[in-house]
Amino acid sequence: MSEMMTGADMVVRALQDQGVEHLFGYPGGAVLPIYDALFHQNSVQHILVRHEQGAVHAAEGYARSTGKVGVVLVTSGPGATNAVTGLTDAMMDSIPIVCITGQVPTHLIGSDAFQECDTVGITRHCTKHNYLVKDIADLPRILHEAFYVAANGRPGPVVIDLPKDIQFQTGLYARPTSSQHKTYRPTVKGDLDQIRKAVEMIGAARRPIFYTGGGVINSGPHAAELLREMVRLTGYPITSTLMGLGAYPASDRQFLGMLGMHGTYEANLAMHDCDLMICVGARFDDRITGRIDAFSPNSHKIHIDIDPSSINKNVKVDVGIVGDCGHVLEDMVRLFRTTSPQIDKPALKEWWAQIERWRSRKCLAYRPSSEVIKPQYAVERLFAATKAPVNRGRETYITTEVGQHQMWAAQYFGFEEPNHWMTSGGLGTMGYGLPAAIGVQLAHRDALVVDIAGEASILMNIQEMSTAVQYRAPVKIFILNNEYMGMVRQWQELLHGGRYSQSYSESLPDFVKLAEAYGAVGMRCDKPDDLDAAIAEMIAVDRPVIFDCVVDKSENCFPMIPSGKAHNEMILNEYLSEDAQDIGSIIDEKGKMLV
Amino acid sequence: MNSQTHYPAQTVSQAVHRHTLAIIVDNEPGVLARIAGLFSGRGYNIESLTVSETEHEKHISRITIVTAGTTNVIEQIKFHLLRLVPVHRVDDLTVNGEAVERELCMVKVVGKGDHRVEAMRLAAAFGARTLDATLESFIFELTGASDEIERFIKLMTVVGLTEVARTGIAAMSRGSESL
Ligand SMILES: Cc1cc2nc3c(=O)[nH]c(=O)nc-3n(C[C@H](O)[C@H](O)[C@H](O)COP(=O)(O)OP(=O)(O)OC[C@H]3O[C@@H](n4cnc5c(N)ncnc54)[C@H](O)[C@@H]3O)c2cc1C
Ligand SMILES: Cc1ncc(C[n+]2csc(CCOP(=O)(O)OP(=O)(O)O)c2C)c(N)n1
Ligand SMILES: [Mg+2]
Repeated sequence: MSEMMTGADMVVRALQDQGVEHLFGYPGGAVLPIYDALFHQNSVQHILVRHEQGAVHAAEGYARSTGKVGVVLVTSGPGATNAVTGLTDAMMDSIPIVCITGQVPTHLIGSDAFQECDTVGITRHCTKHNYLVKDIADLPRILHEAFYVAANGRPGPVVIDLPKDIQFQTGLYARPTSSQHKTYRPTVKGDLDQIRKAVEMIGAARRPIFYTGGGVINSGPHAAELLREMVRLTGYPITSTLMGLGAYPASDRQFLGMLGMHGTYEANLAMHDCDLMICVGARFDDRITGRIDAFSPNSHKIHIDIDPSSINKNVKVDVGIVGDCGHVLEDMVRLFRTTSPQIDKPALKEWWAQIERWRSRKCLAYRPSSEVIKPQYAVERLFAATKAPVNRGRETYITTEVGQHQMWAAQYFGFEEPNHWMTSGGLGTMGYGLPAAIGVQLAHRDALVVDIAGEASILMNIQEMSTAVQYRAPVKIFILNNEYMGMVRQWQELLHGGRYSQSYSESLPDFVKLAEAYGAVGMRCDKPDDLDAAIAEMIAVDRPVIFDCVVDKSENCFPMIPSGKAHNEMILNEYLSEDAQDIGSIIDEKGKMLV
Repeated sequence: MNSQTHYPAQTVSQAVHRHTLAIIVDNEPGVLARIAGLFSGRGYNIESLTVSETEHEKHISRITIVTAGTTNVIEQIKFHLLRLVPVHRVDDLTVNGEAVERELCMVKVVGKGDHRVEAMRLAAAFGARTLDATLESFIFELTGASDEIERFIKLMTVVGLTEVARTGIAAMSRGSESL
């Protein structure tokens, strides 16, 4: 059934038809008609953020924790440019976002009108696709197509730039019968011959490992189920990237922890020595491969990915399977069951024995302290508290900012389920965690949502405290306050002779007072003995909390594969090394060039 | 390859090949910017690019790009092009032997006397058409393979060439198969 309505009404109607419940945005001249249309309805709740970057990150948290598309509405010019970092973040981490930007009226485009910017030009490289709507007749199709493009294939952000005159014009709106794009059809079913070949290789492997990533999360909980089934069927070890944590339960024996630059000893060495690598929805990022010519030199590699350009991009693989990992895993599990290959049990046993030897190094051990709170200890205690009675059995979602605290969160917090871990991996955007946590909390009203933060990062989007307070989103900001941009400090120690140029956080605010100024609860803890009680109190509060957890200022994040080194050249915590090492001398001149 | 880097291998040691790609796209605003931006953003090179709408009712354009890269880079280029939403298909015209490639050029030659006579003779020898003539100038049009055009331009330079316009390459694969 079609109806006449204005462009602004079409926007709202399309959101309703797409089942959108929350919209993150910030008003301005070029979107006033849409804000007026929102005023007349109740089904789409608008969440007023305090900065457009926050709107996109909130939508990302919302999307990642629900599997739905996150929706953003911002004005032209500065509204659009402020959203760019968020869009780029969503692009890098494959998060489905639809972002509607206002634009000056069509007849003024190109005239340097007030708050005009070339939004489609600026966002062309940081979106999966973008549209400039020039004709009201195209608007209904574009609105629905945008959702399709954002969510299908490799997910990503889509921008719809909507000039103000089109918002006022009237046109015919009809809900499309099939929400698709006329030509964009990503492959979801994998090629059966390739899958068969992969299953044969899996059956014949002697030192196999599953290396899984964010693609499993993108594919949905069903894919995580199938992954678990496949891993258990084979009895093979599994490791995950930062983006894939939770797809496989961290507490399971077969899970080796995260791999990569700050991954575990056992995961990285198993990747290095394996004879078969089964990559599911991960993209051989440079944080994973380290020195590329030394990356897992003796293995055959299988790669399942929905994006053909991910396959053979950084690392040459033997079998590439283009498809959605849920679909491919389904075929794999079935073929594995029906062909029931003879697994080389003695070889597998020997492989596991080797892995257990690596595991027994206990690479995540750290020097305990009764004087200062070790950041690792803080995350461990937070994790324990979320499973204690004080959390009343609630689901727990973790977001992070960027830096050492992010890595400690990944290492010491055990994720058992997909979609419960939200972090900025690809772009590494400081300021992601707080708005993302708000997005998560609005989608999961009764859950415990904690942003594990650094004192530097949190200041990048601290204004979103107002949003949390306004919408009664009781997010907990757990700051591992080391008074340094710790990750920068660590690199300066490694690479630049300990010259801590500009990495000390001078003039930090009093976070307790800051929380109170926003109308939230502020807490501070600096003694290991007080920590458990303080965390319990934080969890029990039903309001937003900033928890200033004062931690050891000089702690470094280990294990670490230094830039330009191979997986088997990891630096471990000095606490674990037999002889003290001078970490300033580990990286050579060429390694210093790298990021 | 620089063994110290963990960035994608700099494949200097691998042979670089020239490939001609036919890209079928929706002729919508910005589609060319998307494609050109992809090449510049990812560091691929464009030796030649031509574009025109080929099916008006369906608003479909055909873009012909000549690029160069290692086998791996060419494969990446094709996959990245396919990631763009308005791109329908990408055909590598160079995989099944050389494609038929043609280019059109116009040259303006200005001069008098011997040069003018020689210019006319050369144009006739190449089979170029004369599009415009005055007492001291010609505009010639030549369609041909790029190297033929190169030779033509080189010779014309000697006899008073003042201006060149080239279309870039249009290409098709040989045989009965069609896109
Ligand atoms: C300070 C810092 C340190 C870091 N250190 C580490 C580290 O030590 N270890 C680590 O792992 N990461 C680390 N990262 C993160 C790293 O930069 C990358 O973001 C991350 O490794 C990429 O994860 P991924 O390979 O799972 O890919 P993602 O970015 O999640 O990409 C997913 C892949 O799956 C594909 N895909 C998407 N949907 C589907 C589907 N439905 N079916 C199949 N395939 C699909 C995509 O095409 C893509 O190739 C760090 C980041 C920061 C900021
Ligand atoms: C927007 C942005 N700017 C700069 C950086 C570079 N950077 C990465 S980590 C980091 C320091 C983070 O400090 P903090 O939030 O205190 O975390 P810590 O490492 O101390 O845990 C910086 C500056 C970044 N990732 N993002
Ligand atoms: Mg810090």
